[in-house]
Amino acid sequence: MRKFSLVSVPYFWLLILFLVPFLIVLKISLSDTALAIPPYTPTLDLSEGWAGFKAFWSELDFENFVFLTEDALYWKAYLSSLQIAAISTTLALLVGFPIAYGMAQAPDEWRPTLMMLVILPFWTSFLIRVYSWIGILSTEGFLNQFLLWLGVIDAPLIIMNTKIAVYIGIVYTYLPFMILPIYSALEKLDGSLLEAAEDLGCTRTKAFWLITIPLSRPGIIAGCFLVFIPALGEFVIPSLLGGSETLMIGKVLWEEFFNNRDWPVASAVAVVLLAILIIPIILFQRNEQKQREAGK
Amino acid sequence: MAVPVFAPWDDPTQKPLIQFKGVTKRFGDFTAIDNQTLDIYTREFFALLGPSGCGKTTMMRMLAGFEQPTEGQILIGGKDMKGVPPNEREVNMMFQSYALFPHLSVWENIAFGLRRMNQSKDVLEARVEEMLRLTRLTKFAKRKPHQISGGQRQRVALARSLARAPKLLLLDEPLGALDKKLREETQFELMDIQEKTGTTFVIVTHDQEEAMTVASRIAVMDEGRVIQVATPSNIYEAPNSVYVADFIGDVNIIEGAAKRAGDGYDITWAEGVAPLHTRKEEGELIAIPDGGKAYLAIRPEKVAIHTEKPQGMTNAVQGRIIDVAYLGNLSTYHVRLANGTMVRAQTANTRRLALRPFTWEDEVWLSWTDTAAILLAE
Repeated sequence: MRKFSLVSVPYFWLLILFLVPFLIVLKISLSDTALAIPPYTPTLDLSEGWAGFKAFWSELDFENFVFLTEDALYWKAYLSSLQIAAISTTLALLVGFPIAYGMAQAPDEWRPTLMMLVILPFWTSFLIRVYSWIGILSTEGFLNQFLLWLGVIDAPLIIMNTKIAVYIGIVYTYLPFMILPIYSALEKLDGSLLEAAEDLGCTRTKAFWLITIPLSRPGIIAGCFLVFIPALGEFVIPSLLGGSETLMIGKVLWEEFFNNRDWPVASAVAVVLLAILIIPIILFQRNEQKQREAGK
Repeated sequence: MAVPVFAPWDDPTQKPLIQFKGVTKRFGDFTAIDNQTLDIYTREFFALLGPSGCGKTTMMRMLAGFEQPTEGQILIGGKDMKGVPPNEREVNMMFQSYALFPHLSVWENIAFGLRRMNQSKDVLEARVEEMLRLTRLTKFAKRKPHQISGGQRQRVALARSLARAPKLLLLDEPLGALDKKLREETQFELMDIQEKTGTTFVIVTHDQEEAMTVASRIAVMDEGRVIQVATPSNIYEAPNSVYVADFIGDVNIIEGAAKRAGDGYDITWAEGVAPLHTRKEEGELIAIPDGGKAYLAIRPEKVAIHTEKPQGMTNAVQGRIIDVAYLGNLSTYHVRLANGTMVRAQTANTRRLALRPFTWEDEVWLSWTDTAAILLAE
């Protein structure tokens, strides 16, 4: 009984904070817009009993989901989000792996400091950090001024309000999520395995590809999912850095909800986004599971 | 029919496979290996024996190519190994932790080194199968390292390091992780495999029994220096120092002043008792100036124990039994002599327990022949 109550705590948490809100969103996505508070119809009126429930049920439909397929804006936004998330994840891996590798190679006494430096940006508000990128990347920003001063460029680069700014923002923000799992996989790597590979005829480079990479793969996969999943639904970074040019589903959702006050369509967008995210989330869980089994 | 004795180290026409020439290795201020010269011959099973931190592992890692000597030269097959990386040496190593690749099956682990040799697929597969048979692992070929037992992992590591048919196989505490029974079995297996493959083995161990069992010669090391290199029986019967005598097996050390007497020495070890006499059956004893400090090393099994003073024995001392260690087949008596020196005497328990005449607090006499003790100067 005691064991049961302990196990039930996370399930209860999930029920209250995930399942119930999700069902509410799902319900709204099946409703119609209305000039009312809340801005959709129908609402469940329990005072009319069973008949009221039946009336409520009959008014729910999939109209909004159909609408999403009709307007090209939505599937373009989904595709563009997938593309931006995928490219950002790849870039984060290319930047994060060498950092994680360097940390794992560093002398023991340095590691806590290096770890600290990776986590340190989290101590500042995410919004402030993204805003400061505006200061760096804008036409009159630090980066352009610096490059002009160096004489590398003649005219300022246009980075702000392009996809490049979004990539920079996402890679910067989610880099620790890439570094930490890779670092933890590399740190566990037994150095004698690399010596054994060398002893058996591998050059150091070959040993890296045959031993280090396969053995850090669970960390790489975990890192990629931890970047890809939030990047897909990212809204703040494309709004602040991407300007009107960047189409991302998170931004569409925001505009649908706040600018158009179309809660049902916004909810439908969110439900589809969640459905898309479930695939990588399940793959991520499977990766974790496999790693735990291998660790036994 | 006499079997020819394997002793290339006594044959001046033999060329050693491995030569350490004045090798020094320093890590910062710490001298791990101090100007050592050592020859190891083809087909030898050579043991580097010593306590942890004595430099034996450093010697091995220099052979494998993971460390470079600070000074001096290492030659393998007459070739200077300076700057030759591990992957270009005809040397393979079996790691203490086995270092099996966890993401590869037993089969792939063994094939790993072969894949780097650009052989045809058939040759490679035949070689892996051969190695699996040699180490009796055929049934486990498809398993991953975490799915097999410690003993099996040890055999995979051995098979993997032998697969490339190296000139020299290095074994770093290969049996350290096995329990006693399995370790003893595996020692004989190792010797068997070494004989079958004809590979030169260099084993690093801190376990003197293991070294005595498997090795053709043993180098006893301490603090970065090789103290003595000899066959197991010579290390045991003729250690060159108190350190070696003490490290290998049990030994009683009696300290005294030496004086030339007849064909040997008299050792005065306590006041008011007759000096102990020692000589060598053949060959000459080490030279010690009259009155110089000397040590007698006597193995417990060479000390006889009596109730009465034995007649006609050159060396007889009196003492009291402090402790009796009953080991089943043997008993060891700890006897304290008049000056406080503890001497252990070991006897085989050929009679039943109740019939043995000695027990705690008994006054007894210990004796040994004049050739039983080894005279040492340091």
